[in-house]
Amino acid sequence: MTTRRDPAEERLGWLLCTPAVLAMLLVTAYPIAYAVWLSLFRYDLRFPDERVFVGLANYASVLTSEVWWGALFNTLTITLASVALELVLGLALALVMHRVLFLRRTLRASVLVPYAIITVVAALAWKFAFDPVTGFVNPWFGTERAWLTERWSAFLVIILTEVWKTTPFMALLLLAGLTLVPRELLEAARVDGASAWQRFRRIQLPLLRPTLLVALLFRTLDAFRIFDTVFVQTRGAQGTETVSLIGYQTLVTRLNLGLGSAVSVLIFLGVLAIAAVFVKGLGASLSREGEAR
Amino acid sequence: MPGFGRCRGGGGRWLAAALAGLALLGCGGEDRASGPPVLAWYVFDEPSGAFAEAARRCAAASHGAYRIALRPLPADADQQREQLVRRLAAGDRAIDLIGMDVIWTAEFAAARWILPWPEETAQRVRAGRIAATVASATYEGRLWAIPFTTNTQLLWYRTDRVAAPPPTWDAMIQTAEALGSDGTIQAQGERYEGLTVFFVSLLASAGGAVLSEDGRSVSLATGPTREALRVMRRLADSPASAPGLASAREDQCRLAFEAGGSSFMVNYTYVWPSARANAPAVAEAMGWARWPGVAPDRPSRVAIGGINLGVAAFSRHPDLARQAAACLAAPPGQRLAAGRGGLPPTLAALYDDPAVRATFPFADLLRATLRDAVQRPQTPLYNDVSLAIGRVLHPPSAIDPARDVERLREALGRALRSEGLL
Repeated sequence: MTTRRDPAEERLGWLLCTPAVLAMLLVTAYPIAYAVWLSLFRYDLRFPDERVFVGLANYASVLTSEVWWGALFNTLTITLASVALELVLGLALALVMHRVLFLRRTLRASVLVPYAIITVVAALAWKFAFDPVTGFVNPWFGTERAWLTERWSAFLVIILTEVWKTTPFMALLLLAGLTLVPRELLEAARVDGASAWQRFRRIQLPLLRPTLLVALLFRTLDAFRIFDTVFVQTRGAQGTETVSLIGYQTLVTRLNLGLGSAVSVLIFLGVLAIAAVFVKGLGASLSREGEAR
Repeated sequence: MPGFGRCRGGGGRWLAAALAGLALLGCGGEDRASGPPVLAWYVFDEPSGAFAEAARRCAAASHGAYRIALRPLPADADQQREQLVRRLAAGDRAIDLIGMDVIWTAEFAAARWILPWPEETAQRVRAGRIAATVASATYEGRLWAIPFTTNTQLLWYRTDRVAAPPPTWDAMIQTAEALGSDGTIQAQGERYEGLTVFFVSLLASAGGAVLSEDGRSVSLATGPTREALRVMRRLADSPASAPGLASAREDQCRLAFEAGGSSFMVNYTYVWPSARANAPAVAEAMGWARWPGVAPDRPSRVAIGGINLGVAAFSRHPDLARQAAACLAAPPGQRLAAGRGGLPPTLAALYDDPAVRATFPFADLLRATLRDAVQRPQTPLYNDVSLAIGRVLHPPSAIDPARDVERLREALGRALRSEGLL
């Protein structure tokens, strides 16, 4: 690794990478930079000629608005609740699938079904299930509740939809992690008299940590950008607006490109912050493992 | 490198196929060489087929000058606008005629997405039409669309429980409370356009206006605004208000009224044919009256709705589109829309037509209400203004009339400056 490469070879390396780098710049860096640029203007798509440079005024106006903080709170609530539930259920499912001796493939494939369903379809299905007229949930509990017309019950439906849909993803990732735990370690522990709980706590869980962090990172980033489920089920009514919905409303409905871009950039920064926290945690855990070895 | 050569050959073929596909797509957008030009009419998906029939008749009457193809838009008014606005902002040339909700006029006109009507045609359009419907298609002194159908809310009440319709909201709430559990009032309190209609109607009935005459600044005189907010709060607090007021739209109100447990409802005219079909017993005892006022000495002023026909600025056939719009909005088209679709006409004389009167037994009341109707704020930023109103006044049970007048002014001021989230 440390041996210096021949400069000609290095140049060739860069040359070979150029198309990929250009493509990445074109499809990711350019739109992001353009959004940042747009967020510095008062710019309405209806009146493109009246574009004015306003500096950071759009950010100031978003960050001083109760709407933004309310939506951020909602988004974080949905994110935390759904990711926590998914983690518990996903881990349980992964442990079961890891132990199963027969019909392994069928079971693993069937667990994936909810994840394969398009989010909009899943959201509609759950909406109908909880509908006071056509749904089957109310008869189960013997209530006449209109779930999606009140704030906390609407949150519950949204979170359950998310959990139902993405638990399989979590379970499969964790299953992959479990298969990496060496069998001999578990057998040795068993011989030493460790209980099932001790084996899980002391061996499987620590070795699962990197996989766990990766799975949590993916799901948290996804959950933070939640849009379709909320759009289909409440459209942000009853105080269930999320940050993505605010961005949509500002950009697409109000055609306010400046303000909408500022919202998008702030969401992007939120995503970056989440990723940074996780990567830091991930890096720390990996290096600690390195030291331990 | 023979492998490389083969690969490039494959790429060439692929490229050729893609180009051929693009060329085909390009052709699809052009006019077909044979037959008359087809005008694309974007309008909400009218369920009775009245619009389709009117379009067919106008095309036939044009003697082959044009044909009209209906392009149905979603049922939800917000989604209709979203789809149109995205296409228009991109300069979509495939839109010729637009069935425009009255609240879009200023926005579409200011953005130059629709074409103004020449003054001499405009004169002809104005003749015989109810003034408020013409005003709904007018922006900065010019006519931007032909008023096609109109609508407004009336008060619907149970004649078997209420002797005479109450003249004001206060009187209605009092009567309803006295009636007990059957006294429920159905109104629209969900955070959406219906709440804006409710507020604008109350405000105008109290003698106020949302924006100044020129539509550039906030008006909201303290007295009338506080009165309007007081009525909304009183309704929300009253035991006579429907329990789901904060999430009620027009259709929830209609269904609840048809179930029989309510005595009053403010709603559009479509509830009449609906009740006759779905709840004949309720329809039997269903009376209608002017929307309740706020002050006893001042008749109510209710927000006007309806569809105006605009010609898209990027249309390839603007003259033909104008001809078609004029034909659709002429008396036969309006009769069709009224008779089959239940959409009230904009031509005042049609309210004396026996067939129209059979559809709308309340024709005189409707025409009188429309003559006094109020426009929702006519500003290119209407969508922002309406969102701001909903943001401040929802839920109605949390309105504080003393404090919220100022909050409403601030929110609307920000909306007019395109500032802040709504």
